[in-house]
Amino acid sequence: MSKHTLIALMEDKPGVLNRVASLFRRRNFNIASLTVGHSETPGISRMTIVVDADHAGGIEQVEKQLYKLVNITKVSDVSHEPTVIRELALIKVHATAPTRAEIMQLVDIFRANVVDVSAESLTIEITGLEDKVDSLVQLLRPFGIKEMVRTGRVAMVRGSNGQTPPSANYSGFAMADGPKGRGLDLNKVS
Amino acid sequence: MKLSGAHIVWESLVREGVEVVFGISGGAVIHLYHALPEYPIHHVLMRHEQAAAHAADGYARATGKVGVCLATSGPGATNLVTGIATAHMDSSPMVAITGQVATPFIGKDAFQEVDITGITLPITKHNYLVTDINELAMTIKEAFYIARTGRPGPVLIDIAKDVQAAELEYEEPSEVSLPGYQPVLTMDTSQIKQAAHLINRAETPLILAGHGVILAGAEAELRQLAEKAQIPVVTTLLGISALPETHPLCLGMGGMHGEAYANQALQQADLVMALGCRFDDRLTGPVNTFIPRAKIIHVDIDPAEIGKNMMCDLPIVGDVGNVLQLLLPTVKAASHPAWLEQINEWRRESASRDILNQETDELVPQYVVRQIWHATGGQAIVVSDVGQNQMWEAQYFLHDRPRGLLSSGGLGTMGFALPAAIGAQMGHPDQMVWATVGDGGFQMNIQELATVVQERLPLKMAILNNGYLGMVRQWQQIFFEGRYSGTPLLGPDFAKVAQAYGISGLTVTEKPQVVPAIEQAMEVDGPVLIDFRIVQEENVYPMVAPGSAIHEMIRRPQLA
Repeated sequence: MSKHTLIALMEDKPGVLNRVASLFRRRNFNIASLTVGHSETPGISRMTIVVDADHAGGIEQVEKQLYKLVNITKVSDVSHEPTVIRELALIKVHATAPTRAEIMQLVDIFRANVVDVSAESLTIEITGLEDKVDSLVQLLRPFGIKEMVRTGRVAMVRGSNGQTPPSANYSGFAMADGPKGRGLDLNKVS
Repeated sequence: MKLSGAHIVWESLVREGVEVVFGISGGAVIHLYHALPEYPIHHVLMRHEQAAAHAADGYARATGKVGVCLATSGPGATNLVTGIATAHMDSSPMVAITGQVATPFIGKDAFQEVDITGITLPITKHNYLVTDINELAMTIKEAFYIARTGRPGPVLIDIAKDVQAAELEYEEPSEVSLPGYQPVLTMDTSQIKQAAHLINRAETPLILAGHGVILAGAEAELRQLAEKAQIPVVTTLLGISALPETHPLCLGMGGMHGEAYANQALQQADLVMALGCRFDDRLTGPVNTFIPRAKIIHVDIDPAEIGKNMMCDLPIVGDVGNVLQLLLPTVKAASHPAWLEQINEWRRESASRDILNQETDELVPQYVVRQIWHATGGQAIVVSDVGQNQMWEAQYFLHDRPRGLLSSGGLGTMGFALPAAIGAQMGHPDQMVWATVGDGGFQMNIQELATVVQERLPLKMAILNNGYLGMVRQWQQIFFEGRYSGTPLLGPDFAKVAQAYGISGLTVTEKPQVVPAIEQAMEVDGPVLIDFRIVQEENVYPMVAPGSAIHEMIRRPQLA
C-alpha cells in the first residue's frame, strides 16, 4: 500500500469540498486522511490529502482527475519531497490523582501540552508526525481514552518556494500581503 | 439598461450564438418562458425532459455547436439526468438550464425542489447554482466556455426563481477567468518527432480513430495521414465517419461487435496510433489482451485518459487536429502492400462468414439497414438507438458523411434515437435524417412523435421490430441457456400509432416490400415511420464474449 501526500489548491467556492470527495468516491480512490482550510491567498483553499495510490491505479491518475475539476488550481504530490509533516490531536484521557503524575510525565516526554484538567480527566494536545501521535495514543490507552480527535496530515514542502503556480491567471483575486522578493508578480495576467 | 434575470439569460444565450433550445416549462422557469418570445431563439417543446436533453445532445453531435436544454425544478430537472449522463459519457457539448426554487426556500424541501447540482456532480463537466443575479451573466458565459473547450461536455446551470425575477442594470460580462481550467492549447513538439519516428519505422501500422477526431473536426487531416503513409484505420463506434467508410483504408468499427478483419488487424499491428479514443472496454476486451504486439501512441486532449485504461509508449496531450497538422510534414510517404494484402484477405474471409449472406428470403434487419444505405447514398444523417439495431447500423451502413452516425456509445441509452434525431434535424433542417431504432428503444420516447409533428420535421424513422429486447435476448441465448427472462416485448402497431399522431406510417412484413417502402418514405415531404417486422431471433456477429480477447470472436454459425 503506497500512501501519497497530495496538496491541492482550489477556489473557495461553495461545494468545492463536496466536489473533491465525490470525485474520490466515484473513482474509487482510497482517502486515508483529508484536511482543508484557508491558504495564504484569499479565495483559495488548501487541501492536504493522503491517498492510497496503488488502489487508485497510480498517483498520476489521481492528480489528473483532480485537475479536471474546474475549481482546482494546483495539485502537487509531495510524497518524495523534503516536507514538514504534522498532525494535531486532542486526547481526553481518564486521569485521577494516582495516575495524573504518570500521565503528565508522558506529556512532558512527548513535548505535548495539557489543555484541560478535571477530577477524572486530562485533555492533552499533541502536534507531530502521525507516528509520534500514534505512540502517545498507544501509551495512553491503558489509562482509558475517553475521547480523541485527530486532524489528519498537513504538509508543507521545505525551502523558500511556495505552492502557488507562477503562471496562473490571478486577475480575479486581490493580492493581500503577497510574498515579497520571490520575483513572482502574481498580479500579472498570463 | 435594467433587465430581469430571465432577460439576462436569453440575452446571454443569444450572445453565445444559441438559435434553438429544447425544453418543457414549469413553475420554476415561468419567468424564463415569459421573456423568451422577445428573443430570436426558437424553442422546441418536447414531451419529456429526458427527450429535451437527448435533443440538445443530438443537436450538438450533428452540428458541433453547444446544445441547450431547459427544464423546471424538481421532477423536470431529475428527468434531464439520463440525457446529461449520456452527453457526459460521449463528450457532447451541452448546457442544461434548470429552474430552482427561490433562494429562501433552498434546502427546506420546498415544492418541486431537488438538489440537482448535487445529483449531477458526477455527470457534468461542471455545474452552477445561481443565487445572485450579479453572477448570472458571467456564469452563463463560463458555462458555455467550459462546455465547448478542451474535452467537450455538459454543464448544468441551476437558476433560482427569484434571481430570474430580480432586476439588474445589465452589463456585458468581461472575459472569462477560470484559474483552475486551462484546456491544453500548446504542444510539446518533441513528442511529434518521436511519433513520426515510430510511424516511419512500423511495418504493420494501424490508426485507431475515436470520437476525438470528429470533435476536433480533423477528418481531412486523418485522411491525409492515412493516405500519405498508407496506414489502415479502425474506428471506435463513436469514431465512425472519422474516415469515410467506403475509403479503401477504412476497416470500420472494431471491438465487441467489430467485423473480424478489424479486430484481426488490431491484434496483429506493430504500431497503433490512437487518436481521441479512450480505450473503452467494449473496444478492448481485457486490456492485457488488447493490441499485444503494438507500440502505442495515444493522442488525447484529456490528459486523464492517458494511462487510465491502457498504458501507452508515447503519450501526446493535445487537440487531434493540431497534432495531425504538426505530424503530417514529418511522416514519410510510405506503403505497406503486404500488410494491406493480409487485411484484404481477412476481409474476403469475413465477407463469406460474418457479413450476412444477403441471399435469403427472410426479412433480416441487416438487409433493411443495407437498403437504407443504398437509398440514401450513404449521405444521410443516421441516429441509432441502442442494442442490436445500433450494431447492425454500425456494421451495414457505411458512413461517409462526417458526423453521419449519432449513437449513444458510452452510456448506451435506449430511447436516445428519436429525440436525438429531432435535435439533429433542427440543426440541419435541409438534410435527410433517419432514425433507425429497435422496438424497445422506440417505445421509451415514443411520445416525441408529437414533437416531430409540431415542428413539422421531415424525419424518417425505421423500426427494426423483432418483439424482443434484442441484445439482451442474444446474451440470454448465448450465455444464459436461452432463458428469455424479461425480454419478450409487446409493442403496438407502430404505423397506427404514427397515423394517430398524423405521421405517415408503413408496415413492412415481407422482404420485397423493403425497398419500395424506403423509396416511398424518401419521397414523402414530411415525417414517415416504417415498422419493419424482422426475423425475431437474429444475432449480431461477430461477437467478442466478455473476458475474451478481441480476436477470439464468436463467428456466425455456418449453415450445413
